[in-house]
Amino acid sequence: MKLPIYLDNNSTTPMDERVFEAMKPYFLEVFGNAASRNHSFGWEAEEAVEKARKQVADLIGASEKEIIFTSGATESNNIAIKGAAEIYEQKGNHIITCSIEHKAVIDPCKKLEKHGFEVTFLNPDKYGMVSAEQVEKAITDKTILVSLMMGNNEIGTINPVKEIGAVCRKRNVVFHTDATQCVGKIPVDVDGMNIDVMSVSGHKIYGPKGIGALYVRRKNPRVKLAGVIDGGGHERGMRSGTLNVPGIVGLGKACEIAGKEMEQETKRINYLRDKLKNKIFSSIDEVYLNGHPTQRLPGNLNISFAYVEGEGLMMAMKDLAVSSGSACTSASLEPSYVLKGLGIGDELAHSSIRFGIGRFNTEEEIDFAGEQIINAVNHLREMSPLYEMVKDGIDLKSVVWTDHH
Amino acid sequence: MAYSNKVIDHFNNPRNMGKLDSGSSEVGTGVVGAPECGDVMKLQIQVENDVITDAKFKTFGCGSAIASSSLATEWLKGRTIEEALSIKNMDIVEELSLPPVKIHCSVLAEDAIRSAIEDYRNKNKETQK
Repeated sequence: MKLPIYLDNNSTTPMDERVFEAMKPYFLEVFGNAASRNHSFGWEAEEAVEKARKQVADLIGASEKEIIFTSGATESNNIAIKGAAEIYEQKGNHIITCSIEHKAVIDPCKKLEKHGFEVTFLNPDKYGMVSAEQVEKAITDKTILVSLMMGNNEIGTINPVKEIGAVCRKRNVVFHTDATQCVGKIPVDVDGMNIDVMSVSGHKIYGPKGIGALYVRRKNPRVKLAGVIDGGGHERGMRSGTLNVPGIVGLGKACEIAGKEMEQETKRINYLRDKLKNKIFSSIDEVYLNGHPTQRLPGNLNISFAYVEGEGLMMAMKDLAVSSGSACTSASLEPSYVLKGLGIGDELAHSSIRFGIGRFNTEEEIDFAGEQIINAVNHLREMSPLYEMVKDGIDLKSVVWTDHH
Repeated sequence: MAYSNKVIDHFNNPRNMGKLDSGSSEVGTGVVGAPECGDVMKLQIQVENDVITDAKFKTFGCGSAIASSSLATEWLKGRTIEEALSIKNMDIVEELSLPPVKIHCSVLAEDAIRSAIEDYRNKNKETQK
């Protein structure tokens, strides 16, 4: 077993060697521009791109004509939101999203607010879920777009996308979902789930960084999006720029592998996730699961360890690579807005750790991780004045703290 | 952002972690910070004839906060109260090579020292006069 152990697979995933092998020829040998229509160099590149387009489409139940390639899910989200706003502006100026979306959705929405759009940021329930009823209530005659993520990157909660999509369809509103964490991890079917526009990322599914895709529905209804990057009119005019052929080949291969192996992989990863969770919950008191207990991403485990601060805990778990919702991990000194959005309180947000188990983690690693987590929490609690106070019977809420920030 | 070796050393081998009898008139206790801000430091000093003979800490916080309080207890031992009051947060920043985003940890440690001394002085007001 090699240390440190990578347990941050919701952040990025290591690339699968099979993906790397598939990409290799497209750096040195097949280097053509897929838009070159007059020679074999271009044709070969185009052929590879079209094969990948089909691989992506097949994974999500789409037609290959509905897939456009981008630089990643951030760009996909930007095109979906700004592109829909531009096209449907005549129809209305209201957009619905959620307060715990990824910044790549929240920030484009905030930018549109500055340009006269009105944005409703729905508040999720305590598990981080938004209901179709909430969406239906928020839709007005002016609503042109609903953008709600499929699975949350921090807490792993999976939204009832199919029901939300049905409401949008009924009210004739475009439905975009950021499925960065879900495509390749859970079954996704754009028709069955009533999805109009969907963002996909390469590097979250053991593919390369710098490549992503956007699904844009072509019929029932046909959705139009204005491009954000203008130029040569590539990708049906929605994303100009010479295609990243090796990246696209890699994304295609990653989707193909995910489609074939998802069922087995999910079982294995969830077994490891549950093993780790059970070990932590049976060995340490006052630990809290963040996110939904059952409707969550495979491999995602987000836990608050009361009376221990997240960054300190990450330092104590020195052989584990994880991430935290603690303020100290960001420049802002504010704890995670996602955890705050669930209403769990700043104190527990500071104490949170996200574990992301992936394709290449072994049971041996998970067992080792469990031991190190338990030892680290016990060590830091011994050092924690809060834990001492609680054990002495002091109610922390009754203490007058000196707030220095 | 990587930690300095000194922060790592204090974090892995905290000096003077623990507690003193807060009921004793020789002991001053300072608790600063707030759980919702992500750091709370408890620092205690034992004083005999105006000299700090022992110091202990417990800290809820990041590695830099733990290292700052550990270092503070190390520096306090053997100093007089007046000497202790001369410890400034920037001394801690320098010794631990704290980056700008972690300066608040050193400020908290200085606050904890002052708060513990104040508590000791309040306890011994009558006897001093």
